[in-house]
Amino acid sequence: MRRFALIAVPYAWLLALFLIPFLIVFKISLSDAALAIPPYAPTLKDGFGALIEGLDLENFWFLTTDDLYYKAYLSSLKIAALSTFLTLLVGYPMAYGMARAPEEWRATLMMLVILPFWTSFLIRVYAWVGILSNEGLLNQLLLWIGLISEPLTILNTPTAVYIGIVYTYLPFMILPIYAALDRMDDSLIEAAEDLGCSRLTAFWLVTVPLSKNGIIAGCFLVFIPALGEFVIPSLLGGSGTLMIGKVLFEEFFNNRDWPVASAVAVILLLILIVPIVLFQRNQQKQAEAEK
Amino acid sequence: MVPSLSILDRKEKCTVSSPVFAPWDDPNEKPLIRFENVSKRFGSFIAIDDLTINIYAQEFFALLGPSGCGKTTMMRMLAGFESVTEGRILLSGKDIAAVPPNQRAVNMMFQSYALFPHLSIWDNIAFGLRRDKMPKDKIDARVAEMLKLTRLEEFARRKPHQISGGQRQRVALARSLAKAPKLLLLDEPLGALDKKLRQDTQFELMDIQESTGTTFVIVTHDQEEAMTVASRVAVMDEGRIIQVASPANIYETPNSVYVADFIGDVNIISGTAKPAGKDRYFVDWVPNQAPIVAVSETGFSDGQKCHLAIRPEKISITKDKPEDVENAVEGKVLDIAYLGNLSTYHVELPGGQIIKAQTANTRRISNRGITWEDPVWIRWNATAGVLLEQ
Repeated sequence: MRRFALIAVPYAWLLALFLIPFLIVFKISLSDAALAIPPYAPTLKDGFGALIEGLDLENFWFLTTDDLYYKAYLSSLKIAALSTFLTLLVGYPMAYGMARAPEEWRATLMMLVILPFWTSFLIRVYAWVGILSNEGLLNQLLLWIGLISEPLTILNTPTAVYIGIVYTYLPFMILPIYAALDRMDDSLIEAAEDLGCSRLTAFWLVTVPLSKNGIIAGCFLVFIPALGEFVIPSLLGGSGTLMIGKVLFEEFFNNRDWPVASAVAVILLLILIVPIVLFQRNQQKQAEAEK
Repeated sequence: MVPSLSILDRKEKCTVSSPVFAPWDDPNEKPLIRFENVSKRFGSFIAIDDLTINIYAQEFFALLGPSGCGKTTMMRMLAGFESVTEGRILLSGKDIAAVPPNQRAVNMMFQSYALFPHLSIWDNIAFGLRRDKMPKDKIDARVAEMLKLTRLEEFARRKPHQISGGQRQRVALARSLAKAPKLLLLDEPLGALDKKLRQDTQFELMDIQESTGTTFVIVTHDQEEAMTVASRVAVMDEGRIIQVASPANIYETPNSVYVADFIGDVNIISGTAKPAGKDRYFVDWVPNQAPIVAVSETGFSDGQKCHLAIRPEKISITKDKPEDVENAVEGKVLDIAYLGNLSTYHVELPGGQIIKAQTANTRRISNRGITWEDPVWIRWNATAGVLLEQ
């Protein structure tokens, strides 16, 4: 009985905050848009029988007729994948440097990685507008050094989106990789060198495989939220950047087409389920290996 | 298996069947490793202090000392993980200062074993061979040979976390031996094993050392382990080597109180020497007691301070006053430590010094007749102890 109560709490949490909202969204996605409050029909007011009868997959069909949607999904996948890769490229050396730093420095370095979280995410993204715009800090600096004669257009391009995503999600990449590297026994590297590895081969053959789980965890932690990202592409990406989060926002608030917006959200969730399941598997495997 | 006895058996057998293995006594023998006035400093801390020593091919050489004495630093310098501050280290006559660890014909077995957790036992052993770009069939053969040597054939496909501590130790040994190094370094190789397994493994190590003919340098703080496995033992303290000798010589003729005290149990009686004929000395140790007679090859001048080191098993204990002995002193039993095979009596002498005397319990459940507070006599021969200057 006590065990049941213990399990019931997280399940109740999931039920109330995930499953029920999802079912509501799913239900809306099967409804039709209407000029009403709420802006879809049918609702429970029409009676249960009519409600069930009124549901159809029309909105999902609609998503296939306009190539905007599948282009937005593909573009989101591409941007999320590429920015995850870029975050890994930037984050791995930082995590490695942290794990290799003298013991007394590590807490400070960790603090520096986490510190940006203490400021509002929105303010930090806006700060990038100030840095990347044509009259922004970066262009002023480059012009002043004389490296360029014309200001670079970075803001409102995909490049700005990549910069924004890499910057925002970097700690999610660094922390799991750092945790994996920190746990690693230094004598393993010495053993590899002792057995004939150069520094570089020892890194490839020992350090990288042993931080594999950290890399996988970090990549998922960046990829999953980046896929549905809305704030960064809308603030930094301009109109030229197509991402599904932005499409969803527009359907919802500009077009007030809740059913289509819900259908977009349901598909996005289905796409995300694959990496989430893979991520959970990786975490589980790691937990088992450490037993 | 009774370790202490079988060691003696082995060593005697060896000496009977073949000439004594003692390349360090042969002036024509070239050392495999030579430390030449090597010093190592970490900041202001002196880890190794002007150290010179030769280690010969096929030796099983033990570096023994308390933690922080510099033994691990010496080993890490041999492996190439630490540079030499002053002096040089020669391997087969060549200075190895400029050779990085991955190009030295030296392999190391780490204290933590440092097995690669993501690789199987087989791949762990093959790791070094693959780096040498050895052809695949040769790698297969060599790994199989190593697995057989260390009796690990059935575990080849397992990962390190799926085998026991003793098996991991053997994997680490197999991996470091796979490349057939000129020199194998073992850093506290048995430290993580329990006592029984450690004793068995010591013999395995000796067998493997003998059958492969590899030179082993072992670092340990366990004197029993060093005595069991090594052909020579170097006792270290504060970055210096205090004495290098065979286990028997280290035990029976230590060159200082430090070595005598570090290896095994010892009684130290301090006093002043007075020559009494060839190699014989009287040692005045407390007023109003007959001087102790001791034999020493090192000379002492009249009135020189000296320390007599006697092992407890060389002192016998009786209830009655012994006749016709060189040294006999009356005392009182303070404590008796019963160890099963041995009993150690702590005897207080006039002047308050406590001397340990040991007897073997050769008869089962006999009445030993000596108990606490008993007045007893202890005695030993003039040759039983070693007279030391410091």
